[in-house]
Amino acid sequence: MFRNNLESIAGVSIYPIFSLIVFFAFFTVLIAYLIKMDKEHIEKASRIPLENSELNND
Amino acid sequence: MTIEKFSYDNRIVKNFALATIIWGLVGMLLGLIIALQIPFPNLNIGQYLTFGRIRPVHTNAIIFAFVGNGIFMGLYYSLQRLCKARMYSDALSKFHFWGWQSIIVLAAVTLLTGHTTGKEYAELEWPIDILIAIVWVAFAINMFGTIIKRRERHMYVAIWFYIATVVTVAVLHIVNSIEIPVSILKSYSAYAGVQDALVQWWYGHNAVAFFLTTPYLGLMYYFVPKAANRPVYSYRLSIIHFWALIFLYIWAGPHHLLYSSLPDWAQSLGTVFSIMLLAPSWGGMINGLLTLRGAWDRVREDVVLKFMVVAITAYGMSTFEGPMLSLKSVNAISHFTDWTIAHVHIGGMGWNGMLTFGILYWLIPRLYKTNLYSAKLASFHFWIATLGILFYAVPMYWAGFAQSLMWKEFTADGILKYPNFLETVTQIMPMYKLRALGGLMFLTGAITMAYNLVKTMKQGTLNAEEAAEAPALEKNEKEHAGHWHRWIERRPVQMIILSAVVILIGGVVEFIPTFLVQSNIPTIASVKPYTPLELQGRDIYVREGCYTCHSQMVRPFRSETERYGEYSKAGEFVYDHPFQWGSKRTGPDLHRQGGKYPNVWHYHHMIDPTIMSPGSIMPSYAFMAENDLDISSTPAKIRAMQTLGVPYPEGYDVKANDDLTKQAKSIADDLKKNKVSIDSNKELIAIIAYLQRLGTDIKASKTE
Repeated sequence: MFRNNLESIAGVSIYPIFSLIVFFAFFTVLIAYLIKMDKEHIEKASRIPLENSELNND
Repeated sequence: MTIEKFSYDNRIVKNFALATIIWGLVGMLLGLIIALQIPFPNLNIGQYLTFGRIRPVHTNAIIFAFVGNGIFMGLYYSLQRLCKARMYSDALSKFHFWGWQSIIVLAAVTLLTGHTTGKEYAELEWPIDILIAIVWVAFAINMFGTIIKRRERHMYVAIWFYIATVVTVAVLHIVNSIEIPVSILKSYSAYAGVQDALVQWWYGHNAVAFFLTTPYLGLMYYFVPKAANRPVYSYRLSIIHFWALIFLYIWAGPHHLLYSSLPDWAQSLGTVFSIMLLAPSWGGMINGLLTLRGAWDRVREDVVLKFMVVAITAYGMSTFEGPMLSLKSVNAISHFTDWTIAHVHIGGMGWNGMLTFGILYWLIPRLYKTNLYSAKLASFHFWIATLGILFYAVPMYWAGFAQSLMWKEFTADGILKYPNFLETVTQIMPMYKLRALGGLMFLTGAITMAYNLVKTMKQGTLNAEEAAEAPALEKNEKEHAGHWHRWIERRPVQMIILSAVVILIGGVVEFIPTFLVQSNIPTIASVKPYTPLELQGRDIYVREGCYTCHSQMVRPFRSETERYGEYSKAGEFVYDHPFQWGSKRTGPDLHRQGGKYPNVWHYHHMIDPTIMSPGSIMPSYAFMAENDLDISSTPAKIRAMQTLGVPYPEGYDVKANDDLTKQAKSIADDLKKNKVSIDSNKELIAIIAYLQRLGTDIKASKTE
């Protein structure tokens, strides 16, 4: 029943293909980015919350 | 390089912290009350304090008041420090604080007086929806203003989570709140039936994602390293966690509608994405826990870390359970039962609750430049809260599983073993009592925390303006040749746009096909709009929060078609603004209720449910026999429905009340024949009319 409803939408087959491409592209870009990140920058960024903690009273 | 002197606004953090504590206590107390109302139905008092009305106040109070203020507390503290800047505008901070608190008060008052849209976790009526949008925009301006004038070039990952939260919650709130006002406190959802369900659970699921999860992950990425005094285990992992989570979460909403009348492809989409969500969620959990590597000895002594460890573990547990519950075979058992209730409380009490407590114990002594009043009491709180969660969740898992099996059990002769729904409820009553005990323990812990923190505040003095200094950000610093992503890490505006795009993809792919189907949804010729009296009755059904205990969705299982009747079809709900499928069966499904019992049965059942079903735990709705039905609203309601495309004949709005009185009179006459005398203008007549209509449209002819 539902398949028939969907088939009646013009060009519905583009949805799965579109989704697949979006997915693939998204994760490829994300992985590429993570591989290329440089260590020093990561190190520096991850310490941001710990800065100026001397202002606190611990 | 010039060093700039400025100060952090701690007063606003303190205000949000106090609000978190107070609303937390209120929300948990309401939870305890409704937990007790199930085994002790006499606690349903009068018209305003029934389970159906308090339950939405409990959920809204916990989500938007307790966790909401918790978010703002942690965000206002951490954002200022991560940006090395004071909040952008003190006036906006104040407006945000008082605006949010007044929304909470308005919400409590309107929900208890029965003004609700009937859509779970989005129950608030349209004027409050608008107020929420205004306050949220003020908050967003304040936050982005702070980010823009920051003195730290890199935006730490916690800020990304905050940005995604602000953007997505705005989108969710607006899309799901599109409604046609009927009067100042009444509106109808612009969507109907299947579409309304899809939008609602896209919202409901992502409210969990972007109100209860992403902002708290931001807090985790700030406060766990802070409390453990070491950087997060893997910053790379936190980046994957962020992008993968916001990208995947938005697609998973339909897993709340498995086996419902939602098209199959959308159900499968929800399942697939829910399974994929496991990866980033567990990546985040591992990242949080491993931040404590080499500091586990401190976990033994430091109560703050203890709370955080349990919180992160609960996050891991619920995000494992969530994908499992979206498997159709598991969902067939778990859905509509207390299993779901257990699941959300692992998240709510465990993840949100324990992380909030941990942050409060860390934060309050620092804001007040003192030490925690009593470490012993805090430790007591930790243990009683942890045990409370177990006492809450384990009986609910047991109850959910046991009841579901009873629903599905057939005898050797092929008939239902428990044909009486009520029997499956009375069987699990001890579990409901144990659950209330768990809730009581959790609340007790929270009360000791409130005492402990107030004492801490009293012994210190608020450091309202915390002095700080940082070098100004050089405006035109040459970009390092570095990486392209670093470009985005420094640009909040682009970050907003990119996260908005990422979250919109999923929503768009889900919605477009379903909305295109609208033109050719399986129309069933015999499905007709509600009569004016039924429409009024339906509004009473919504007002009383009947959907908190009754579903209107017969799933295509033999155990359900045997018990309730023909399974529900998408085409039957085309005039349901809003849909009332429900998500929990504390009582039986009502979709095929129409014509099942005579009017007089419903009359007695509403006056005192135990007369017709001995041992019933439903509240008494005797007040409906006293209250006159307000028929002055009928024309406006008909007109609003016409605007939404419900095919009432033109000019019907003025004639509607004639039909209404006629139908009401026939029901009253029928009751009179059965020796019940009631005026035809009472609310009870309208609710009977609605209940008798439910699911009857396709009984006569099946045109599918």
